[in-house]
Amino acid sequence: MHLFFLFAAVFLALLIILSLYRAVIGPTVLDRMIGVNAVGSKTTALLILIGLLYHRVDMFVDIALAYAMLNFIAVLAASRYFQKRKGLFDEIERTPKEGDAS
Amino acid sequence: MINLIAAMFILLGLVFFTGGAVGIIRMPDFYSRLHPAGKLDTMGLLMSMIGIALYSVQGFSLGEVLTGLKIILIVVFVFITSPTATHAIVDAGVRAGLEPWTQQRRGEES
Amino acid sequence: MVEQAKVSPQNRSFHQGAPTGPDARLQKSPASYILTFVILFGIWLLLSGRFDLLHLGLGLASCLLVTIFSADLLLPAPNTPRLPGLWFRFIKYIPWLLYQVLVANIHVMYLVFHPRMMDLIDPSIMEFDSRLKSDMSRVTLANSITLTPGTITVHISIYGHITFHVIDIESGKTLPWIMEARIADVFEE
Repeated sequence: MHLFFLFAAVFLALLIILSLYRAVIGPTVLDRMIGVNAVGSKTTALLILIGLLYHRVDMFVDIALAYAMLNFIAVLAASRYFQKRKGLFDEIERTPKEGDAS
Repeated sequence: MINLIAAMFILLGLVFFTGGAVGIIRMPDFYSRLHPAGKLDTMGLLMSMIGIALYSVQGFSLGEVLTGLKIILIVVFVFITSPTATHAIVDAGVRAGLEPWTQQRRGEES
Repeated sequence: MVEQAKVSPQNRSFHQGAPTGPDARLQKSPASYILTFVILFGIWLLLSGRFDLLHLGLGLASCLLVTIFSADLLLPAPNTPRLPGLWFRFIKYIPWLLYQVLVANIHVMYLVFHPRMMDLIDPSIMEFDSRLKSDMSRVTLANSITLTPGTITVHISIYGHITFHVIDIESGKTLPWIMEARIADVFEE
């Protein structure tokens, strides 16, 4: 069972790298935010698996709970901050299209 | 026996997590990426938490029961906050004026 | 100022039987204090996990303080006798919601792993008018729609007009309406 948890944790870490791809490549800032949110929710599960590996679930559950709350607050704050068009497309097109300035 | 059921639940959760990670990469635009990102991850978290709670609550001592209850608290918390976070991101996208991808736009591009 | 802020007065009350005067949401009843204290102290016991005198005393003091300051935030309605029935129906609603979420999850998983995914998905934006009246039931409906994969609530106006984004047409064809009927059942509207 210990080995199974180890493999599950490693697999979850690989999935985190897969979601990190979207956070790095993503064309707009909001796409990066989706990637970061996905990484956060996978990390919550990964923390508890690490707790099972170290036989200290009681401690790691608290850390996971705090991490889930922090992830939620971070996404809320960041999405309030990026509610404007300016700066959203700077990475892919330098000149905005006509009629976009709203 | 309980170990086997717990392992099955954790495997199911990993399958949902895989769907979420692959979906984020494959989907064509911002709005449709939110579908796998927000919800498949929530379901994967629910499944794997059920498995871990089953595994860790075996002796019915006070500490283990408290641990199981805390894991359930995490699941309840995520189930309340995940739609709210998704809604915040989609609201930011609408206010920023992102156009949703449709089959019609795909035909125009290609 | 207060009168201008209230756009539709009949929508503002949490329950139908609640008094609808201008100060209805500011009234505090002892039952809401007791309920808030019980919930807070239960969460304290769960999170601390120690039952000696020091931790219990600390929890008691801080829970009392928070209850005195913010009892009207957690349970804004003074109409507490209807709450147990509401919570009971809400708990009966949760397994149905979980089943629907599971079915929709499997549908989205099928879409994600399908090799010709770009042909299968057909994202579009749909809208409908909800007949739910109170804030709480609308929040529940919006969160339920978002929690079900395939549909995301984009906007819900104060008149109950819901705009949502669907990933293919079948996901959004029937489910939100069934969900609305269920939630109207739960909140007795």
